[in-house]
Amino acid sequence: MPIKQKIFALLICCFVFIFTINLVRKRKLREEYSVLWLATSLLMFVLVIRYDWLVSLTTLIGAGLPTTTLFICSIIFLMLIAVQFSIKISSLTDQVKNLAQENALLKEQCGRLAADKNEGCSGVKSDD
Amino acid sequence: MVLSNNMVLIPAYNEEHRIVSVVAGVKVAAPDAAIVVINDCSRDDTAAVACQAGAIVVSHPFNMGYGAAIQTGYKYALANNYDFLVQLDADGQHDPSCIPDLLAPVIQGKADIAIGSRFMGNSYKPPLARRLGMALFRKIVSMVTGRACTDTTSGFQAFNRKVIAFFSTDVFPVDYPDADMLITLHHAGFCVVEVPVRMFENSEGKSMHSGLKPLYYMFKMILSICVTLLRKKGKN
Repeated sequence: MPIKQKIFALLICCFVFIFTINLVRKRKLREEYSVLWLATSLLMFVLVIRYDWLVSLTTLIGAGLPTTTLFICSIIFLMLIAVQFSIKISSLTDQVKNLAQENALLKEQCGRLAADKNEGCSGVKSDD
Repeated sequence: MVLSNNMVLIPAYNEEHRIVSVVAGVKVAAPDAAIVVINDCSRDDTAAVACQAGAIVVSHPFNMGYGAAIQTGYKYALANNYDFLVQLDADGQHDPSCIPDLLAPVIQGKADIAIGSRFMGNSYKPPLARRLGMALFRKIVSMVTGRACTDTTSGFQAFNRKVIAFFSTDVFPVDYPDADMLITLHHAGFCVVEVPVRMFENSEGKSMHSGLKPLYYMFKMILSICVTLLRKKGKN
């Protein structure tokens, strides 16, 4: 790997690592979402430093060039991030739905209690 | 304590013109039942009109779709200790006079859930594309459950408290709950029967299956059926 390319790759890895740690430190990024970013930047760092490992990995997966392997790793990382976000969005969608349903039911209950208190007719067949 | 242990659930979205006649029809067919309209954040006066018609109205803070609306109704029924629930659409397609027939097998304990079938009475003719889709899912559900099923997409249903509790959990697919739900119910050990009901054409031609939604519906339903079959029985 040309030295310029090596330095650029290492700088990017360091930047991503420090930037992620800083976001966690400032509580702008939760630890659970930092795992993939930190792991990927570390993995890239190691592969750039240990060039022979990168070459072995390139041979193993049948890629043409070591840089191709790095690009493949980046794409896999982006896919994993997207999957992680999809899982989280699905879970949040369910939580929002449950909260909205709870809110609607509580609002109806409050309206009914207020109507009962004012001896109004809320139309609900419940007493006790 | 509730005075009547039957509840009629009507999910509604922008139905101010038709909700009054539906509520009136339900009052005639099931005079002792509590009528609960789930207003899915309608942009018109559905909530006010339904309230004036004598229904209990639960309003969503934002639009969440048909499945979420009916699940809110199930949660309401569970919280207010209703033993039996009938659900029908607010657009007037489901004939409220069929409610007693639909409720009968559930109240008598012959079934946990009764599905109103528009095809058993042969009173309803949907468009060809829909008919083909319905036939496919009918075949799949009948094969999986080992029981002839004529209408897998009917929203006209009645069920008991066990099913209400089951549907109130995250097991319930709020995204088009149809054929996949029937398979889930079968795996969970619930007894499902079909009852012939009368259904009418939608007078305004408005459907929740418009635009590209039928394609998504087919994809979602096939995927949902496949993953339901992959899950362990009773643990859906």
